[in-house]
Amino acid sequence: MSSADLTSERDLPSEREASAKGDIAPERDGPRDTGIDDASLHRWLARTWRTPPGIIGALSSVDHKVIARRYLITAFLFLCLGGLNAVVMRIQLSGPQRGLVGPDLYNQLFTMHGVTMMFLFAVPIVQATGIYLVPLMVGTRNIAFPRLNAFSYWVYVSGGLFAWVSFALAMAPDVGWFAYVPLSGPEYGPGKRADVWAQMITYTEVSSLAVAVATVVTVFKQRAPGMSLDKIPLFVWALLVTSFVVIFAMPAVMITSTFLILDRLVGTHIFNPAEGGDALLFQHLFWFFGHPEVYIIFLPATGMVSAIIPAFARRPAFGHLGLVLSLIAVGFLSFGLWVHHMFATGLPKLGASFFTASSMLIAIPNGVQIFCWLATLWDGRPVIRTPLLFVFGFFFTFVIGGLTGVMLASVPLDLQVHDTYFVVAHFHYVLIGGSVFPLLGAAYFWFPKITGRMMSERLGRWHFWLAMIGFNAAFFPMHIVGLWGMPRRVYTYPAELGWGNINLFISAGAVLFFLSFVLFAFNLVHGALRGAPAGDNPWDAGTLEWATSSPPPSYNFARIPVVTNVEPLWAERGALPVATGLRVDVRELLVSTVAEAHPDIREKSATPSIWPLLAAIAVGATFLYSIFTPWAIVWGAAPIAVTLVGWFWPKGDPEDEE
Amino acid sequence: MKRLAWIAFATAITLFLQGCAGWQSALDPKGPAASELAWLIWFFTGLCAVVWVLVMIALAVPLTMRPRLHAEPLVIDAGAENRKLRVVMTAVGLTAVILVGLTLLSFFANRTLAAIGSDTALTIRVTGHQWWWEVRYEDATPSRILTTANEIHIPAGEPVRLLLTSTDVIHSFWVPSLSGKLDLIPGRMNVLDIKADKPGIYRGQCAEFCGAQHANMGTFIIAEPRAKFDAWWNDQLQPAAAPTSDEAKAGENLFLKRPCVMCHKIGGTPAGGTVAPDLTHIASRQTLAAGTLTMSRGNLAAWIADPQGVKPGSHMPVVDLSGDELNAIVAYLEGLK
Repeated sequence: MSSADLTSERDLPSEREASAKGDIAPERDGPRDTGIDDASLHRWLARTWRTPPGIIGALSSVDHKVIARRYLITAFLFLCLGGLNAVVMRIQLSGPQRGLVGPDLYNQLFTMHGVTMMFLFAVPIVQATGIYLVPLMVGTRNIAFPRLNAFSYWVYVSGGLFAWVSFALAMAPDVGWFAYVPLSGPEYGPGKRADVWAQMITYTEVSSLAVAVATVVTVFKQRAPGMSLDKIPLFVWALLVTSFVVIFAMPAVMITSTFLILDRLVGTHIFNPAEGGDALLFQHLFWFFGHPEVYIIFLPATGMVSAIIPAFARRPAFGHLGLVLSLIAVGFLSFGLWVHHMFATGLPKLGASFFTASSMLIAIPNGVQIFCWLATLWDGRPVIRTPLLFVFGFFFTFVIGGLTGVMLASVPLDLQVHDTYFVVAHFHYVLIGGSVFPLLGAAYFWFPKITGRMMSERLGRWHFWLAMIGFNAAFFPMHIVGLWGMPRRVYTYPAELGWGNINLFISAGAVLFFLSFVLFAFNLVHGALRGAPAGDNPWDAGTLEWATSSPPPSYNFARIPVVTNVEPLWAERGALPVATGLRVDVRELLVSTVAEAHPDIREKSATPSIWPLLAAIAVGATFLYSIFTPWAIVWGAAPIAVTLVGWFWPKGDPEDEE
Repeated sequence: MKRLAWIAFATAITLFLQGCAGWQSALDPKGPAASELAWLIWFFTGLCAVVWVLVMIALAVPLTMRPRLHAEPLVIDAGAENRKLRVVMTAVGLTAVILVGLTLLSFFANRTLAAIGSDTALTIRVTGHQWWWEVRYEDATPSRILTTANEIHIPAGEPVRLLLTSTDVIHSFWVPSLSGKLDLIPGRMNVLDIKADKPGIYRGQCAEFCGAQHANMGTFIIAEPRAKFDAWWNDQLQPAAAPTSDEAKAGENLFLKRPCVMCHKIGGTPAGGTVAPDLTHIASRQTLAAGTLTMSRGNLAAWIADPQGVKPGSHMPVVDLSGDELNAIVAYLEGLK
């Protein structure tokens, strides 16, 4: 909303009520955005919402867009590192009995590849997309709990650094990303490697939980007036459901990693069968998180698909309600199928069959989503641009991954392919096909919003075809070599098994796929520096993030938009109605009701602060120290308490004194 | 670019046909369980391929249409929406029907698999170790209980019960051409019934990541006619063959004096270690170090001289031996048929 032509202002109906009720006494009021000309409004808001200058200022930022940009860049760097891991592994496996890396390094490589891609790339990058876009899409000025959001980023960075520094010191975890006991337990996992895994998991999940809480509150309480539940954009719904899944799934893995570190450091025997513990308990706890984790990564990607398809099909998504209900159904069902990761552990047959049925069941809501998207595309030839190409790539690959998922759901069939390269192929089709391709599409789609410039369409098409060919060449043959009996996580294989040729082919595909990311990185940098100016709404899309300038100002919207349709920009061509009445001299948000999004109250939004960073350093140091002694928790509590006191110290605002 | 894709496709197909003769392949079944599973795999694959092609056609349809550029995005044809709704509902219904069908199919396949072991005469206890398999043949007569390693002889055409457990970490027993896999979990006992239709050698390997040498934890199931199997069992019950040559006698002495004796057992000698494979009849086995090397004099020497080079991280230590000593021990072990 960069221009002055959005003039059809409407007063907030309940704003008057709020004042009348005396919620906010008039004598404490400062200037508001009512009756103020556009130029001075922008000046006021820019001064109120800016990130302070200087290094300290930058480190203190609580602007959701600044934090999200940092998240996106950091996660992309971790993607590159994880990808390099994969390339080294593929060179090692390109022929039988190759000697590029030994078993010790290879086991660290695939563990780091797994934890980096899952915990340092996939989850953070989908959450970061949400941090950037959700406040814009719901039409508010900042995310809820902005300092918590800043804190989450610093904790995430320290977790990632912790893992990668330990890799540089050749003491990275070597027990696989799911680190089964007893292999990771005190007896068979000597050194600090499994401890690094355990605490790094705890770090990143703390960060993930913080973002989830902030997202839920933003979506429930900060939506623009009029954005009732049925008008929430599908991407926001996807992030909302994901956040709930995070809130219920992440504690399970934090318990797992904490139990593990208790076994290793404190001498408990929770997972030790010799002392009455249970090794399988670990797997149940881990997969109770681990399966929802897949949907934590996948659901936001479906939100991206639901945002990209309408923009290029030039119509709202078909079956909006069906899509929302599918998201919720998938969120619920994702907690009911963890046992299909454990069919080979020898469970009772009846119980296992139940999980076959539940695993098959989740294909139905996912099918509903696929069919609704296809139906959206059926109104005529869509506008084919790079984001949509990646959505097509998503259909091509994710449907394969979904169907092999149906195969894995069958207990007997799973017993042949479990822990083989077939499974490796399956989950890369689901995670790369189902999540990374939509993410790449989303990168091309929202890059103009974030930077104000377009990425190259020509390079984008090259990137797409290179990625599609490389990906399928690398991962499709893995199905076959898995059926030929190649287990996963082997650093070498004998020549006489005849897996050499196909592995060479796979490795060539993997290198091609890696190169496609080099091209992507080039396109990102080139676009940021030299791209054509994008304008506010280069795709003529319908949701609120396109209503503000590109890149958006620190305060997102000069005046809070009022929503009348699920695609507000299509419904109100040219002049979006706005709500006014917020103060401009302090950071103030409009809080609305959960279901109908009626404007409810005005609420302060936190100002920049260095304390979240200091708190994250204290927490990070405590976690790091705790792999050496459990007393770290005691000694670390003091600095954490100090930083939290600093963080929450009353500012002398009138509200604080009430 | 399309041509590139075709070349890739053609290469993939060629590679696929090449590898079908593999001896550790789920697609090359040699027993009733694996046959049932191979059928199931092909059926699921076929059905999934059809579904995938249908979705791709549905995706390609709009590409053939005329662009819908100038229409106002919010103007939607209600009649068309209703038709679409019917199509989507039908597709969802079909999906549900297919899924119910596949669920039932996998349930009945499970029953078929369970029926394979209804009358097993032979029970073998397989214990996983980092990184080898301890194999113990159970018998009501204690003197007929037999312990060996890594290679499992079974009578062809008869169902055999495997009791699977582990003493260290979790492993998984998997011989794809005979059966699906099942984990070996410390503190638990899993039961896997297998049957080989015909005599033959079927390779398998550990399928659950178990540490440094997970990749070199192979096993072989050697199915033989009943008479040959019985003869093998009787041979294996015999104590180790006494060394005949001077070199081999020297080797036996060295074996008993050096650290070898701490871990390995050789029946008929004082060597009684149980933490490493039983070597009483090591030379009758086909491979060394759980399928890492084929059995030969040269490989025996290589394995003893440099275990950490052959299988880095394995629990077999380097024992300091001179060239002559090494040759003597190899000569001795080579005689343990």
